[in-house]
Amino acid sequence: MPLIKNGRVVADRYVHVLDDAPPPDGIPVIIPAARFLADAAEILHHDASVGVAWPNDRRVAELAPYLDRLALVALVFPTFKDGRAYSQARLLRERYGFRGELRATGQILRDQFMFLVRAGFDVLDVAKPGDVDAFPSALKRYTVFYQAAGEGRTSAARLRLARSSVPITRGPEFATSSELGASLAGRVSR
Amino acid sequence: MYIYDEFDRTLVAERVAEFRDQVGRRISGELTEDEFKPLRLMNGVYLQLHAYMLRIAIPYGTLSSRQLRMLAHVGRRYDRNYGHFTTRQNIQFNWIKLEDLPDAMADLASAGLHGMQTSGNCVRNITTDQWSGVAPDEIEDARIWAELLRQHTTLHPEFSFLPRKFKIAVTAAAQDRAAVKVHDIGLRLHRNGAGETGFEVLVGGGLGRTPFIAKSIRPFLPKRDVLSYVEAILRVYNQFARRDNLYKSRIKILVHDLGAEAFAREVEAEWQHIKDGPLALDPAVVAEIAARFRYPEYARLDDDPPELTQLRKADRRFDAWLCNAVTNHKVPGYAIVTLSLKPEGGAPGDATSDQMDAIADLADRYSFGEIRVGHDQNLAFPHVAQRDLPELWRALDAVGVATPNVGLVSDIIACPGLDYCSLANARAIPVAQELTRRFRDLDLARDLGRLHINISGCINACGHHHVGHIGILGVEKNGEEFYQITLAGRADERAELGTLLGPAVPYAKVADVVEEVVAAYVELRERPNETFIETVKRIGVEPFKERVYATH
Repeated sequence: MPLIKNGRVVADRYVHVLDDAPPPDGIPVIIPAARFLADAAEILHHDASVGVAWPNDRRVAELAPYLDRLALVALVFPTFKDGRAYSQARLLRERYGFRGELRATGQILRDQFMFLVRAGFDVLDVAKPGDVDAFPSALKRYTVFYQAAGEGRTSAARLRLARSSVPITRGPEFATSSELGASLAGRVSR
Repeated sequence: MYIYDEFDRTLVAERVAEFRDQVGRRISGELTEDEFKPLRLMNGVYLQLHAYMLRIAIPYGTLSSRQLRMLAHVGRRYDRNYGHFTTRQNIQFNWIKLEDLPDAMADLASAGLHGMQTSGNCVRNITTDQWSGVAPDEIEDARIWAELLRQHTTLHPEFSFLPRKFKIAVTAAAQDRAAVKVHDIGLRLHRNGAGETGFEVLVGGGLGRTPFIAKSIRPFLPKRDVLSYVEAILRVYNQFARRDNLYKSRIKILVHDLGAEAFAREVEAEWQHIKDGPLALDPAVVAEIAARFRYPEYARLDDDPPELTQLRKADRRFDAWLCNAVTNHKVPGYAIVTLSLKPEGGAPGDATSDQMDAIADLADRYSFGEIRVGHDQNLAFPHVAQRDLPELWRALDAVGVATPNVGLVSDIIACPGLDYCSLANARAIPVAQELTRRFRDLDLARDLGRLHINISGCINACGHHHVGHIGILGVEKNGEEFYQITLAGRADERAELGTLLGPAVPYAKVADVVEEVVAAYVELRERPNETFIETVKRIGVEPFKERVYATH
């Protein structure tokens, strides 16, 4: 399936290592969660980027100790109606400060692009090739957002206060938002 | 009234454009019905027995006369000249065509109306007391909090694909008119010992096939924390509720399975991480929302003007109407007037486009252009000068919405049932219609006092039968419609589920059985003003059961 990153189709540099075989030398790998947790120290010595495929019924807190050494976390939507990974994505970005590639996999359809990006995903593994072209328009569909999320847009409530020049008594909505915004705007995964 | 600004207007317009594109893709075949389904559901479009059905949100039940005229227009232009007000302060149009939907949505958007949060597995239209802002027993206007929550949960990036639909209700009055104890989250605004206002948080209430009264998980939540606390509840729910079984995926099952204390601990742990983050409410944000609720410039008037007292003596019909349709207002000289959408033989909650137009005109003349929609499927005028009541009564009577039965036995709540709904097992509307004929004698109805009948055409309980004083549930047995009767349920601050009377009875017997139950109550009550539920509470269902099943 095509991978969209920043609105462009990119090649998948990663290889999925499913069985007990050793990760191939020099090639970025995605490891299933159970195997990764069983052997994290060893796997993190791999000589290329390491990513983890994390199921949607396991707490992402378990992954927290390793996040600074992971280049990628792939979360899964078994169907687009199963929204558990939205919570996982926000927790990874906003609570655990994960800055690497956050990849949405599974039934990823154009009508969910906006929700996914707002929840913190920066790479989408799109289910229908025809949906790729819809990415730019899907992200431009809305210009007003009622709530703040980690991806850096300003909520309508803040904009209203700014407009009516009522003094804003709290700080910016999310400390990490500009950094995440920058990461969305064109970082290459390592 | 809540006044939309450019942000609200832009969002609704963008929503229409998105939906137009989605309908276009469905019509061209690019989207399968399966893929289209959740998209249309996020805009309030269902596929019913005969046609698509469009459900429009009426946040916290507040409508302007202009919006009501727009609903009349949609009924006339795209439907069959009527709409159906629901138990969740929404309105539904039952006969709309797929290809007309984008235009209907665009027309609605021009008046600030939309179908967001009326279906799908998201946070649904947030409901409140239909008398918010004018009820004498409220401590503040609950709609401000409903609006803050509405905005926060609309197109939420994390909570638009929840395990199941999610309903939140807010009350700020001593008497709970929002049924908060049968919602996924109930928020009860109250004053603590120190005189501060905050929310009691209840979770896991709900009806359907597994009814539960909500459990209180926090006695007092400061107002600044309401968004973060709701976010914490939703996050726990989104991650841990069951998704393998449609019937076990509501939050009530999660709360029941974990236990309220363990659930509360999960929420509390999650909340500690986010309570002081961006969701902590800035007083300026609350003030900005509150400032966009506009209240009328009331005149200085006295209560009980002479013209009222005179007509009450002169006209029994007026007196009867005044006694049950007119309620005290927080401002002297004013009243809240309920418009009964329960005429004899009518379908509960239905209003024709002509009626909606006429009601909008009357609202302009007598209620500062504002109308309310209640979960009892009636409308209300929230700001009527008492001296105008005689004139207004005649005008409402001419429109057919002054049946003096508000809160009485023929003020029946019913879902659309098998006449419209693809989920239903049995008819609900014809049962309601027949009961309104049986109880057409308004002297009898007044003598019976408060008696709420709720009818659902299936176990999903859209007619809230579990919490009806008399609850009627349609079931299907060997291809025939049968009805289970429950007694003494209630949805208010002392919410309770009704008790089953006995075996289900066939369609043809339902009205007889209800009449029998009511007759038994009249005989068994201790004193004339012992209400129906008080009598059942005192003596149990057994005496009713004996009597009903001895005769039938």
